[in-house]
Amino acid sequence: MVDSNLSFVRSEMLQEQTPPLAERGAVKWMRTNLFATPVDTALTIFALLLIAWFLPPMIRWLFIEAVWTGPDRSVCSTVAQGGIQPDGWSGACWAYVNANFNQFMYGRYPIEEHWRVNLVGIMFVLLLIPLLIPKVPYKVANAVTFFFIFPIVAFFLLVGGWFGLSYVETPLWGGLLVTLVISFVGICVSLPLGIVLALGRRSKMPIIKMFCVIFIETIRGIPLITVLFMASYMLPLFLPPGVTFDKLLRALIGVALFASAYMAEVVRGGLQAIPKGQYEGADSLGLGYWQKTRLIILPQALKLVIPSIVNTFIGLFKDTSLVTIISMFDLLGTVRQHFSDANWASPQTPMSGLIFAGFVFWIFCFGMSRYSIFMENRLDTGHKR
Amino acid sequence: MASQDITPVGRDSAKVSILYDPKIRGYIFQAVAVLVIAGFGYWIVNNTITNLQRARLASGFGFLDGRSGFDISSSPYLTYSSDSTYLQALWVGILNTLTVAFVGIITATIIGFIIGIGRLSHNWLIRKICTVYVEVFRNVPPLLVIFFWYSGVLSVLPQARQSIGLPFNTFLNNRGFFFPAPVFGDGAWLAGVGLLVGIAGTFLVRRWAYKRQMATGQQFPVGWTALGLIVGLPLLALAVKGFPLSFDYPVLGAFNLKGGMQVGPEFMSLYLALSFYTASFIAEIVRAGIRGVGKGQSEAAHALGLRAGPTTRLVVVPQAMRIIIPPLTSQYLNLTKNSSLAVAIGYPDLVAVGGTILNQTNRSIEVVAIWLVVYLSISVLTSLFMNWFNAKMALVER
Repeated sequence: MVDSNLSFVRSEMLQEQTPPLAERGAVKWMRTNLFATPVDTALTIFALLLIAWFLPPMIRWLFIEAVWTGPDRSVCSTVAQGGIQPDGWSGACWAYVNANFNQFMYGRYPIEEHWRVNLVGIMFVLLLIPLLIPKVPYKVANAVTFFFIFPIVAFFLLVGGWFGLSYVETPLWGGLLVTLVISFVGICVSLPLGIVLALGRRSKMPIIKMFCVIFIETIRGIPLITVLFMASYMLPLFLPPGVTFDKLLRALIGVALFASAYMAEVVRGGLQAIPKGQYEGADSLGLGYWQKTRLIILPQALKLVIPSIVNTFIGLFKDTSLVTIISMFDLLGTVRQHFSDANWASPQTPMSGLIFAGFVFWIFCFGMSRYSIFMENRLDTGHKR
Repeated sequence: MASQDITPVGRDSAKVSILYDPKIRGYIFQAVAVLVIAGFGYWIVNNTITNLQRARLASGFGFLDGRSGFDISSSPYLTYSSDSTYLQALWVGILNTLTVAFVGIITATIIGFIIGIGRLSHNWLIRKICTVYVEVFRNVPPLLVIFFWYSGVLSVLPQARQSIGLPFNTFLNNRGFFFPAPVFGDGAWLAGVGLLVGIAGTFLVRRWAYKRQMATGQQFPVGWTALGLIVGLPLLALAVKGFPLSFDYPVLGAFNLKGGMQVGPEFMSLYLALSFYTASFIAEIVRAGIRGVGKGQSEAAHALGLRAGPTTRLVVVPQAMRIIIPPLTSQYLNLTKNSSLAVAIGYPDLVAVGGTILNQTNRSIEVVAIWLVVYLSISVLTSLFMNWFNAKMALVER
C-alpha cells in the first residue's frame, strides 16, 4: 500500500542537537583561546612552561615554606646562618612583618597614643566611603567635612599638645601613617593649586600666563627628589633667620608643589577639551569670568579628566615613598630601616619586608585605579562619539 | 573672552566705573601679581643673603675647581679619583645618569612593546600574564622596585667564590655581573669604520629602494641587505686584518673574579627596576595606540588583499605610532627623571654625586641650580628629538 502522506519534506521538526564536542564547552574555548593556530599553540606552551617554572617556587616561598610567627631571627635563618631551619631552606619571613607590624603602621608614635591615629583612620574611612559611593546624598556637606574640617581635627588629634593630649613631635611619626598623611595633604593641596595654575596658563593675561608656564614646566622637568632636596636644604635658607620648619612640613610642601604642576597639566587638558561654544554661551549669558569658570567650564572640564586626576593621585601616592631618601620614615623607609635590626636581620628579611610594603602600596593604588575606571564608565554621558 | 568691547547702540553708554573694565582689570591684576611675586622674590633673596652671611658661607661656582676628596664607585668613561675636582665628579654623575637612562629606555621600550602587544593577543593565557605584569608593576612605587632588585635579589646572590656561572663566560654574584671584555688589537679600528660604512650604506640603499618602488613598484629586500651591511662589513674588516679582536675572560680567583668587565649591583638594580617599571606604562600606551586604530583600517587592508603581516606593518603600526609617540616621550622623560632614585642605593648618578657635594660644601643653591639646568636640558633635548620624530611620523595631509 502506498501511504497517503506523500510529502517530500519532513513534516515534523528535528530535535535540536548538541553541537559536536569540538564546538562547545571547554574544548571550544580552548580551541579558540589557546590553540587557535600553530603559533598560538606554541605561545600557550611557552606560557605554561613560564608559569610552571615561576609559580610553584613562588607559592612555596610565599606560603608553604614561610614562617608566620616567631620571636627573633633564628626562625628565619638556616642552621648555618645561626638559626633553626634546616640548611637549604628558603621561605618568606612573615614573622618579621608580624613582629614589626605596629612599627610599619605607626612608626615610633607612642604606643599608648595609637588610639589617636586609629581614630583619625576611622574618621577618614567613614567620611571617604560615602564620598566615593555616588548614590549617597549630602555630597557637598560630606566633601566640605572631608576636605576642610577633617584635616583640622586630624591635625589636632595627631600632633596633640591641646585639650590634654600629649604632644607627639613629627620625627616620631612613621610607617603607613606618614605615607597617608603626605599623600592626603598632597592630594588636597595639589588639586586646587593645579586648577589655579591651569586657569593661569590658559589666561589671556601674558604675565600671569608666563609665571604659570615657567612654574609648571620647571617643576615637570626635574625629578621629585631634587624638589625634595630643595625643600629640605633650601627652604631654611629662604626663611628669615631663626624661623625653622618642621621636616615633615618641608616634605609636604615639596610634594604638594610637585604634584600641583602635574595636576595643572591634567586640568589644562580638560579645559582644552571643552568646546568653544561653552565659553561663548557662558559669555552670552552675561556671566563673569569666575562665574563662568565655576559654573560652566570647570564642572565639565574636571569631569572629562577624572581618570587622569586619579592617575596623578596614584603617582603622588607612589612618589611619597621618595621621602625616605631625605631620611624620613614612611612605610617603605620604616620597612627598610628594620632590615638592619639585629634582632631580625636574615637573608629572607629584605625580600619579605619589601613584598609586604609592595603589597600595601599595591592595594591602595589598585583600588584607586579600579575606582577611576568605575567613575569613568559612570560619567561617560555620551561625550565620546 | 572678556576683552570684547560692547558699545550699546542708540543710547548713551552707561558710565561704568573704570574698575569694571575687563582690560583695566587685567592690567591691575598683572601689576599686582608682578608686585607680589617680585616682593616675594626679594624677600627670599634677602633672607638667603642674610642667612649665608650669618653662616659665613661663600657662594658662587668657584668651588667646582676644588678637590672633591670622595671616591665614585662607577666611572666607566672618565678617569676619576678622589683627587679630581668637583666639576669632574659632576661630569661622571651626568654621564652615569645618561647611561642608565639610555639603556633603560631601550630595554623598557622592548619589554613594553612585547607586553603591550601581548595584552591584545588572541591567546587567553598570554593576555592574562601580560595583564598581571602591567597591574603589578604599575601599582607599586619605582623606589620599591629598585630596592626589590637591590636588597631582595642581587644582594642575596652568592659570594664571589660561589659565583653563578652563566653561558658565554659570564658570572653573577653579589658584587655584580661579570662578562668578557673585548680587547681590541691593532687594526680593530677598521671594524668600526666598517660599521659606520654599513650604517651609511643602509641609509643609501633604503632611499634608493624607496625611490625604485615609487617608480616601478618593485620591492627590494632592504632588511636583509641592512643586516648584511651592518654585520658583514665589520666582520669583513676584521677578517682582512686577521681578527685582531680577543676577549679578556673573567676568571674565578680565590676571593674575587679577575679580569673581564663588571657591572655593579647598583647599576643593575637601577637599570632592571627602571626598565621593568616603565615597561608597564609603555605597554599600556602601546595597547591604547593599537586599539586606537580603527578596525576598518585593518579590514580595508584585508579587503585589498594584504596578509596579516603586511597589514600590521604597513597599515596598523604607522597609524598607531602617531598615537603612541607623544605619551611615549613623556614616559622616556619619566624614566630619565626616575633614574635620580639612584641616590637611594648609592649608584653615583647626578643627584647622588650632587648630594655628596652638597653635604661636603653646603653649596645647596649652586648644586640645585646645576641639577635644574642638567635635567631641564635633558628634558628639552628629548622633547625636541621626539617632536622631530613625531613630525616625521605624523599624518601628511594634502
